Amino acid sequence: MSPVIKPKKEKFTLPSKYLLFILTIICCVLMVLTFTSDIFNKPLNYVVGYIIVPYQRGISSIGGYISDKKDALVNVYDLINENQQLREKIEQLEDENTQLLQDKYELNTLRDLYELDNTYENYEKIGASVIYRDSGNWFSTFIIDKGYRSGITPDMNVICGNGLVGKISVVGPNWSKVTSIISDNSNVSSTVLKSQNNIIVSGSLEEMKNGVILFSQLIDDEDKVSEGDKVVTSDISDKYLPGILIGYISTVNPDPNNLTKSGTLIPAVDFEHIEDVLIITQLKQYVDEEEINNGYNSLTFSEDLLNEDDATEESTDTP
Amino acid sequence: MKRFIITVFLLITLFILQGTLFRALSFADTVPNLLIIFTVSVSLMRGDTAGMLVGFFCGLLLDIFTGPTIGLYALIYMYIGYFNGGFNKIFFPEDIKLPMIMVIVSDILYGFFVYILLFLLRGRTEFSYYFTKVIFPESIYTIIVTVIIYPLLLFINKLLEKDEMRKARKFVS
Repeated sequence: MSPVIKPKKEKFTLPSKYLLFILTIICCVLMVLTFTSDIFNKPLNYVVGYIIVPYQRGISSIGGYISDKKDALVNVYDLINENQQLREKIEQLEDENTQLLQDKYELNTLRDLYELDNTYENYEKIGASVIYRDSGNWFSTFIIDKGYRSGITPDMNVICGNGLVGKISVVGPNWSKVTSIISDNSNVSSTVLKSQNNIIVSGSLEEMKNGVILFSQLIDDEDKVSEGDKVVTSDISDKYLPGILIGYISTVNPDPNNLTKSGTLIPAVDFEHIEDVLIITQLKQYVDEEEINNGYNSLTFSEDLLNEDDATEESTDTP
Repeated sequence: MKRFIITVFLLITLFILQGTLFRALSFADTVPNLLIIFTVSVSLMRGDTAGMLVGFFCGLLLDIFTGPTIGLYALIYMYIGYFNGGFNKIFFPEDIKLPMIMVIVSDILYGFFVYILLFLLRGRTEFSYYFTKVIFPESIYTIIVTVIIYPLLLFINKLLEKDEMRKARKFVS
């Protein structure tokens, strides 16, 4: 029955060992390339954005519909729709409101302690909704439904309510990936608002299940930092705009080296139930390390030149 | 061709379900790994080459959307597909025990590799914690979902095989 088919099939089979070998090399090359550059991001993100995101959006809305049904047995579609819109509005208003309240509180109690340039309610923001959560159990990233078409670029800060969610790490035409601050590979330089101590807030898979994140590198000899203190992003952070609320300190423990302290803090955002987020379109001003070095170099260079000039002048003077 | 289109469709559907619907149905913050089920099923039904390719594209999709670097998950899933392809010879469609064992073994292997490559290398050494809180619950949930999804995949494969047989016969006669 198969004299016609068999040779055809044999023609098509490349020995799987070779294929495995080739694909392994491709994977390794891809990994190295993505570590060193981002040439693959543009085309891949573009293709994927067109094939998968519309589908994803559809299923995500079905998922949202199902979970809505699960939550309450109201199945009036219009009600849900209206509710969604109102909720978005409430979210924004709440954000503004908490912002105002926070400002008031801060102005009243901390005005003479420091002058925090708390401008983050003045930043331009774009709303977006979450359409996909990290499919594994290892990291905490998610996909939102706005991309570079809406003016989003990598490293923009993402907030929800009045707390920091994370930053944009990858951008496609109509989607982008947000790496949250509770993800295991995330570190944020931040400040304890009360005592102005700089700390490092890092996500941790171990602590994520307890609803807290870790902080470390706190230098606090006088025990000024205590439970419930506000933690905001610091001025010296590379990627995050200053003064965005991260959370509240929950525990403080001295490190074994007796110099620094570490502990846990409770994030201000409920990461379990993120649906809509706001993206701040303003980027943190960033100076390249190379630029700094170059600046320094040219300075020393000109100083050298000056010295040389002096030297030549002296030498011309002496004879 | 038909098989190719259906495989691509299934791959994308499972990938999306994993991040949307199953996120909503997660128990104790754990999401089942549907793509492992798919990769293992395909390699058991179709052999190592097909399993390897499906694993590669599953991983690539994960890499683009959620992975820390492109190529890492692709590598892990590809090897899982290749590894399972070896059991193609002792596979019988009616027997659900082998796929279930292979899914749980593969999922634990997958967790193990992810832990080593992405966590141990960054100095997170508490393996027992990650095993009991992430790898083990994930594989248990995955195995429960396998019971539902595997018969479905088997059914689709049977239909496709029937279709291919019919076409082949037509071609010969």
